Amino acid sequence: MDIVIYGMVTSCSLALMALGFTLVYGVSRLPNFAHGALYVLTGYLAWLLLKRVGLPYPVAMILSLVVTGIIGAAMYHFVLARIRGMPISEIIASYAIGLAILEGMRWFGLRGGTFRLPPFVDGATELLGVSVDFQRLIVVGLGVVMVGLLWLFVSKTKLGLALKGMAQDERAAMTLGIDSDTMAVVAMALGSMLAGAAALVLLPLGSIVVEAGYHVLIMAVAVCIVGGLGSWNGAILAAFIIGFAQILTWKYFGAHYQVVVALLAIIVTLIVRPSGLFGRQKELEERV
Amino acid sequence: MANQKKDHRKERLDRGIKVRTDGVYAISHWTEMTYLLAPRALLIGGLLAAPLILSYFPYWQRVLSIICIYALLAIGFDFLANYVGLVSLGGGFYVGVGAYCAALLNSHLGLPPIVTVPLATLIGGIICTILFLPCLPLRGVYFAIVSLMFPLLAARIIEALNIFGGTDGIMGLDGFSSGWVEQYVLVCALLVSLFVLRRLVIEDVGLVFRGVKDNDQAVKASAINITTYKGIAVFISSALGCLGGATLAHIYNWAGLSQFGLDYSIIPIAATVVGGGGTLVGPVIGCILLVWLSEELRDLGTLRIAVYALVLTAFIVFKSEGIMNFATRKYQQFERWVHI
Repeated sequence: MDIVIYGMVTSCSLALMALGFTLVYGVSRLPNFAHGALYVLTGYLAWLLLKRVGLPYPVAMILSLVVTGIIGAAMYHFVLARIRGMPISEIIASYAIGLAILEGMRWFGLRGGTFRLPPFVDGATELLGVSVDFQRLIVVGLGVVMVGLLWLFVSKTKLGLALKGMAQDERAAMTLGIDSDTMAVVAMALGSMLAGAAALVLLPLGSIVVEAGYHVLIMAVAVCIVGGLGSWNGAILAAFIIGFAQILTWKYFGAHYQVVVALLAIIVTLIVRPSGLFGRQKELEERV
Repeated sequence: MANQKKDHRKERLDRGIKVRTDGVYAISHWTEMTYLLAPRALLIGGLLAAPLILSYFPYWQRVLSIICIYALLAIGFDFLANYVGLVSLGGGFYVGVGAYCAALLNSHLGLPPIVTVPLATLIGGIICTILFLPCLPLRGVYFAIVSLMFPLLAARIIEALNIFGGTDGIMGLDGFSSGWVEQYVLVCALLVSLFVLRRLVIEDVGLVFRGVKDNDQAVKASAINITTYKGIAVFISSALGCLGGATLAHIYNWAGLSQFGLDYSIIPIAATVVGGGGTLVGPVIGCILLVWLSEELRDLGTLRIAVYALVLTAFIVFKSEGIMNFATRKYQQFERWVHI
């Protein structure tokens, strides 16, 4: 039973980590390798606002999310917009920015395991004979809520539909008066805020460390590749596959192998079916 | 100036001396010969003399070795990315494999460094090529991501299985007999591989490599197996990385997990971007600049990685052609504003 419950928790947190990455890639074909850095940054900002400035917890969270969104948008506007269409430059530049953010934070004082965000609700409960703390249940709940909200946003609102149009066919969307750069800025801001939201929900489970940035990036990339880059359904399905696979390996082989599962999943997926489970890329674009 | 730019454009013309040295007149006068030889002699002479000059600054001797190791990786990356079209973000994997090969040969078989380094280069190159073989049909971002995963996976597997010394690594390797051997082995290896690669890409096989990059379907249609060529290219590039890794293991008398680290993947790429991709010499210059910069910034602690990353971003955004391409243009052409 604990496999099912903890599998759910892990899968939902993986989905949360990956949503922002897949949103940005889906809309503007931009692999945002600063994703993990933005994740840690939001957590650290929230911690600073909460503990140093002394703002109430909800205000600190919202403020840090807004700041992360702005940073994401600025990153696109000032750097990535200039190198659109050169995938390798995009990867290197966004990775370099992420590295700068992460190492800058380490220099600024983010060292050691003393940075902790308080959980939203303290305590634990028994669920089907397994003890789970409330924060982990909130992760599952918020994961579902956020996926739902994102779905509502992209299928009901005008802005969301524009994003979806951009993801499906950039040229057709442009002929209909949707500006590619504006949409990319919106997608980057949203994607960064999704990374931040994931951080705010997940970080109370542990402490804020710089290394989490690399870990989250690997996990987000793993989920997105297994699900098919840019496919939202695929990412969610892949989050569940990898999540349960990780919990199973953790249970039967040991914690060391958890990351190995994700990395092997990437390599096997890329070799066997590079477009992933739900990929919509043409076969010719990705392999010979 | 703004007004001037509006109805003027920049015209670039080859210098007379450049045109003359392209042809048979290159040997007609000592100025032409100097024009051709000076940049080459500067690099070769500079690298060969560096260990002698730096013998007064022992600290910088070690830095020179590190520069050469990164430069080996960087020219491998440049060759693979700009001549074959495979962008490999897994430089750390080559270094790690090379280091562990050398370490195992040295600690288990007791071979001296002068034997283990070439052996590890060869064996490591073969191992890397075999492991990358299934990924070779991939291209673009997909190959880049898969190659980024290799060093991470290798480090995790060694950690999880607790083989090759686990997290402690393999310690107590033999060092080089002296600092001179260490530096001249590296400098010579760098110069030789630079020369060979520059020749290779203008030979027939280089043409096929560039064909694989520009239009692999056409190469395939000419009944040439592109996977074979990609395999050869990966072997060359990874052997260079393994050479660097093997020497690194003997320099520090240690092979460990940190040799699969991101440093070895990211710095060569940064050097290639800064120095100028596709020139093969550019990455070497980029390495010299970047490693020197990071030594100067050592006082800043971890902030230097941030500074480093910002320099890299600035180069990608504002000067994507890199130093070498820029310098070549200035050396060979003059510019003037012409009225339109």
